[in-house]
Amino acid sequence: MATEILDARAPHPVPVVERPGGPTGHDPIGRGDDGGGPGAAFDPAQFGLWAFLGTVSMLFIGFTSAYIVRRTGIDWRPLPLPRLLWWNTAALLLSSAALEVARRRRTALDLRGLRLWLGATALLAGLFVAGQFQAWRLLRALGFFLSSNPHSSFFYMLSGVHLLHLGGGLVWFALVLYRLRGARYAPAAGGRTLSLFATYWHFLGLLWAYVLFLIFVF
Amino acid sequence: MAHTEAHAAEAHAHDHAPQAFIWKYVFSKDHKVIGIQYYVTAMMMALIAGLLAMLIRIQLAWPEVNWGLLGKLMPMGFQGGGGQPYVMNPEFYAMLFTMHGTIMVFFVLSTAPVSGFGNLLIPLQVGARDMAFPFLNGLSFWTFLCGCVTILTSFFVGAGAAAGGWTSYPPLSALRGAVPGSQIGQTFWIIAMVFFIASFTMGGLNFVTTIINLRTKGLSLLRMPLTMWSMFLVAILGLLAFPALTGASLMLLLDRHFGTSFFLPTGLVLNGTPMVGANGQFVHQGGSPLLWQHLFWFLGHPEVYILMLPALGFTSDILTTFCRKALFGYKAMVGAMVAIAGLSFIVWGHHMFVSGMSPYLAMAFAVGTILIAVPSAVKVFNWLATLWRSRIQYKTPMLWAMGVVSLFISGGLSGVWLGQSAPDIQLHDTFFVVAHFHLIMAGAALFGVFGATAMWFPKMFGRMMNDTLGKWHFWFTFVTYYGTFFPMHYIGLAGHMRRIYDPYQYEFLKSMQPLNHFITISALILGASQILFFVNFFWSAFKGAKAPENPWNANGLEWTTSSPPPHGNWPGAIPEVHRWPYEYSNPSAPKDFVMQHEPPLAVESGH
Repeated sequence: MATEILDARAPHPVPVVERPGGPTGHDPIGRGDDGGGPGAAFDPAQFGLWAFLGTVSMLFIGFTSAYIVRRTGIDWRPLPLPRLLWWNTAALLLSSAALEVARRRRTALDLRGLRLWLGATALLAGLFVAGQFQAWRLLRALGFFLSSNPHSSFFYMLSGVHLLHLGGGLVWFALVLYRLRGARYAPAAGGRTLSLFATYWHFLGLLWAYVLFLIFVF
Repeated sequence: MAHTEAHAAEAHAHDHAPQAFIWKYVFSKDHKVIGIQYYVTAMMMALIAGLLAMLIRIQLAWPEVNWGLLGKLMPMGFQGGGGQPYVMNPEFYAMLFTMHGTIMVFFVLSTAPVSGFGNLLIPLQVGARDMAFPFLNGLSFWTFLCGCVTILTSFFVGAGAAAGGWTSYPPLSALRGAVPGSQIGQTFWIIAMVFFIASFTMGGLNFVTTIINLRTKGLSLLRMPLTMWSMFLVAILGLLAFPALTGASLMLLLDRHFGTSFFLPTGLVLNGTPMVGANGQFVHQGGSPLLWQHLFWFLGHPEVYILMLPALGFTSDILTTFCRKALFGYKAMVGAMVAIAGLSFIVWGHHMFVSGMSPYLAMAFAVGTILIAVPSAVKVFNWLATLWRSRIQYKTPMLWAMGVVSLFISGGLSGVWLGQSAPDIQLHDTFFVVAHFHLIMAGAALFGVFGATAMWFPKMFGRMMNDTLGKWHFWFTFVTYYGTFFPMHYIGLAGHMRRIYDPYQYEFLKSMQPLNHFITISALILGASQILFFVNFFWSAFKGAKAPENPWNANGLEWTTSSPPPHGNWPGAIPEVHRWPYEYSNPSAPKDFVMQHEPPLAVESGH
């Protein structure tokens, strides 16, 4: 997608340094942007990603309000919290941390470290996904199904929707790895790709922590 | 300067258009092609939804008539009643109004102005080569088309399309056995909605990112045409409001097919049988149908402004162009649109006044709703002040824009009635509501789309629409639109219910039949006069007079490039902006319009 963004940008009419006020003189409301060139107020991809995170947040805010309303029902039966979910949460948050280390290794041009820590990120993400499926199996064995009571309905639904978003993240991760394969030849490349993905991945970690808090602690 | 041009030429050389037909016109990533794809698809959907409306109207005027040929065409819908063959059956009638509303709101009036003209105009008016994410943009159209196919297929599956109203209130929509329309047709409705929301989200991300990041040099936010402001705001509304419907749709789907009870209360009785399971307990327990209403209307109210705001933006741009006058109160207009968009998030409860909500809560929602009258009045005042003592050029786009102003006033006034809980409890679910929203929401949006089509047709196809045919289309539509919807206020006040198969089963509504005849005849002429539009559209697209670069002597950036613009929009460098787009009749300028990219004059209005 990065090449798409470059195509869409206007050719920069004036080199950035020659602009009155210099490259930092951006003021999108007062003076106008400069066509998304290298000195634009925001990176379009980063901005679009944050807008997307906004709309995903609204989805979970909607679920939260439904949860709060539905919790007042008389048929509410609390769901036991499988201890496994804490391990899953730890795996996902650690995967975020590993991704951060990988980004630092890339900045330090340490390609071996980059590969190692990206591998750790992927491994921990895999553990999280496997753990989530296992948690569903544990609850099923205890007799808590999707339709058993509203608390279990919300748990299966919210963890499922989170897992769907995480699945999208894994597809993206595969694309990032594919794009980084050329890092051998251009060690400094791929920073933007990686940082965009990291934003989404950290968001998924925080989102899961929030879902867990909402369902079992709140 | 030489450096700049070399840079531009070099960049352009990399940016050549795809040549193969399939990549150029079918799976295109060019915003202009995608905009036209959206627009034409939406207009085809409008044709279908419009025909559904005609069927609704003939049923309301002549409920027990044998519709021979129609009945033969749709045997499932005309299975007869009262011993007569080919009389429409009630289940079919419920499907008609449900699908008319769903298709019109989502697949026509959200799509043609926002996705259609938004994609066409945003890069042209902000001075960008394309949208920020062209691939996502193309994907968004194909996702939308999947939604269209799904919703149209639902007519032909199982017992037919969804029939629970465009709002799909549970339990009716959540129990598969409740009505024929709640069978697989309702599932298709949910899936189509998810496709639509996914598509609109991709579009919305593109809209906000392009408008914030890709504006050309000098185009500050407060120099943008109001069309751009409206697109920016509806994209934000879509991104923040639609997720509520996504979530609610998922819960409805789980209720329908996986036995959950998000929206289904305890003690449901279906066709005389209590819905109990093998253990003697009710299958569904403790759910809240009101929860759906809250989630639905949290989307639903911003959604109607998604329909309307672009029409208000087009109107401002068209009025100034054909008045040859600067827009009155630009900043107030921007503020009014921002206020309308903001208020839309806190007024959803006014759709639920009869749900038994606390009168204090109802009052809060009522106050918020009445507040919307303030920015709306600001807009109307500024339009009238723009029109005041101007030399109006009565071209087709101008007629439509003035039509929007008219509909916005007449539909807005009834909104003040309905926004307060006391009158609304009386008028809820009557034809008064139907009159109100068809005038202000559907009518303003539709007239806005027609105006924008006439205005920006040169940028779509490089040709002019036929002005005479356009004016005939306008006058037929304008007169019959009011002829159709204005009398509905009266029959609504008289107690005529909104979603009723045969009103004349009630003694007190029998006297409404002559007025219903009038409305139906008016509606049929309204429907038939749209043929003028389709003839004009297709004839002009292929055979119309070639359009010059700037046929209306307008000021926006889109008029600085050829009609239609080339791939990449400007052959050379993108023009820089030096002023707002409403600099008309400046006495110190050599002509009566100063385009946004022209160098600064000695004396200017300061915008």
